[in-house]
Amino acid sequence: MLSAKSISKQFGHVTALSEVSLDIAPGEVLALMGDNGAGKSTLVKILSGVLTPDRGELRVQGRQVHFGSPSDARAEGIETVYQDLALADDLSAPANLFLGREHHRRGLLGRLGVLDVKRMQREAEEHIKSLGARVPDYKASVRMFSGGQRQSVAIARASIWARELIIMDEPTAALGLVQTEQVAQLIKRTRERGIAVIVISHSVPFVFDVADRIVVLRLGATVATLSPSEATHDDIVAAITGASVTDAGATTEDAR
Amino acid sequence: MTDTLTASPRPATEGAAPSRTRRVATTMTGNWVFLALVILIVFFSVKAGGTFFDLGNFRNVLFNASGTMLLAVGTAFLIIGGQLDLSIGSVLVFSEVVGAKVIIAVSGPAAKSYPDATLGIALGIVVSIGLGAAWGVLNGVLVTRVKIPSFIITLGSLGMALGLAQVITKGTDVTGMPPKMITSIGIARFLSLPVPVWIAAAVAVVAGLVLAKTRFGRYTYAIGSNAEAARRSGIKVARHIVILFTMMGALAGLAGVLDVARYTTTQVSGHSSDNLVAIAAVIIGGASLFGGRGTIFGTAVGVLIPAVLNNGLVIINVQPFWQTVAIGAILILAVAMDNIKRSQQTRAS
Repeated sequence: MLSAKSISKQFGHVTALSEVSLDIAPGEVLALMGDNGAGKSTLVKILSGVLTPDRGELRVQGRQVHFGSPSDARAEGIETVYQDLALADDLSAPANLFLGREHHRRGLLGRLGVLDVKRMQREAEEHIKSLGARVPDYKASVRMFSGGQRQSVAIARASIWARELIIMDEPTAALGLVQTEQVAQLIKRTRERGIAVIVISHSVPFVFDVADRIVVLRLGATVATLSPSEATHDDIVAAITGASVTDAGATTEDAR
Repeated sequence: MTDTLTASPRPATEGAAPSRTRRVATTMTGNWVFLALVILIVFFSVKAGGTFFDLGNFRNVLFNASGTMLLAVGTAFLIIGGQLDLSIGSVLVFSEVVGAKVIIAVSGPAAKSYPDATLGIALGIVVSIGLGAAWGVLNGVLVTRVKIPSFIITLGSLGMALGLAQVITKGTDVTGMPPKMITSIGIARFLSLPVPVWIAAAVAVVAGLVLAKTRFGRYTYAIGSNAEAARRSGIKVARHIVILFTMMGALAGLAGVLDVARYTTTQVSGHSSDNLVAIAAVIIGGASLFGGRGTIFGTAVGVLIPAVLNNGLVIINVQPFWQTVAIGAILILAVAMDNIKRSQQTRAS
């Protein structure tokens, strides 16, 4: 579905990514792991259109694409859940779901820019419920929501629009156990709808729970691709830190 | 500005529906200010009787508030969008000065009783509103391009617009307006209310609907809430902010027209505190100085409270300077009440 080939990115003299390749299939959940500065965020920003790569190519459904902005990526059906969630705190959950893509009323009123608030509310409610997420009040501003509820709104927004892929940058970083479990459920339901998910996470148990495949980055390069069913906790830690070669069918190559 | 005003995301906790409480409380805060207005009206009515509670007097109150209403509507949009415009009084003066010069130049000699007054007035109005809008564009472009906070940019244009107005007039007010300016706009009445009141009311109603019902309004709230999130959602944030400043400038130009129509002269030194009066009205009306929250209804109430106070205090023979004191107190009280309610909800959640 999405394929990135030999992606490189420099920031001045710092090589953030060198020759990273990545493929993801529809309905696959791919976990990106790695220490701080390993290049995860840079890679994800390139896939979501925030950054453009210096070299390398991106393909969606085999077609080569260039993302100049997040809007370009969204036009290809790729949505991103940013780490800061990027919610408009004073707007309601439905307003956030439809932000930038509002439904207008029919006829003259619609042409004057009048919004179809009821329709957006109904569709947002249906979608959030279909994800099994919980939003306490569809009219209240999301400022008053808990961290988990806000995360649900951000994920619901991505999944209502995503046709191909959702990218999540550390979705569980600020969450407790119960909410982390809820996010895992949301990811699994998204996968059931045939949408691919790339998730950055530092949490090994979370990754074991949701991922079909684990890709480990270190110093801007892919150092290992692991299968959660075969790899162990120690394999992952070893790949992240570059401590030693692992078995479990992992391909480990040193970055330097 | 105390840090209790901060609109940063509060540490949210998992729990029961806090939002209904919040919604009720938001309505209550709006109503609290509205209630204060009603109480003021009742108080002055009881105290001064027919002198205050009189159609002619209410007409006066609304007439006096009409200019401020225009400025406050523009300011409400800006504040909700996370911006401030301190230059509105100066832009008003600049626009009215040039507009007045145009009216006098085009209308023809006073000795011949202004043969082209209609054309002159029409042109003057267009020039005044156009120049106001132009200052707005300048403010908006500088804020979005130079990426300096609007507070600073508009502090700069405040000085520039006022200084230029003084240069143009050499510091004296432009007088000698054709009488038609007053009779057809300033004191003209339509359905027993002065024309300026109708203009202000029409602007407020349209602005209120745009803010509450349209995509433009929603984007204004979104940008004030989280400009980065709005940008990532594909909203053209810079363009939107320029439009907000342009609206503000045009409204200041329109307020300048009403000013000249009412007094037959410009008021070069009479608008130095317009910015603070407008900001106070918007904040009293329940808006957050940090953007994302506020309504035109609240703003209208925030405009009318000082207007009623000023009028009532004069009628009951209290020095009208007390009005300034009272408004300051109401401003602080309004924000404090809002704040207490909000922190209670956070705790309740």
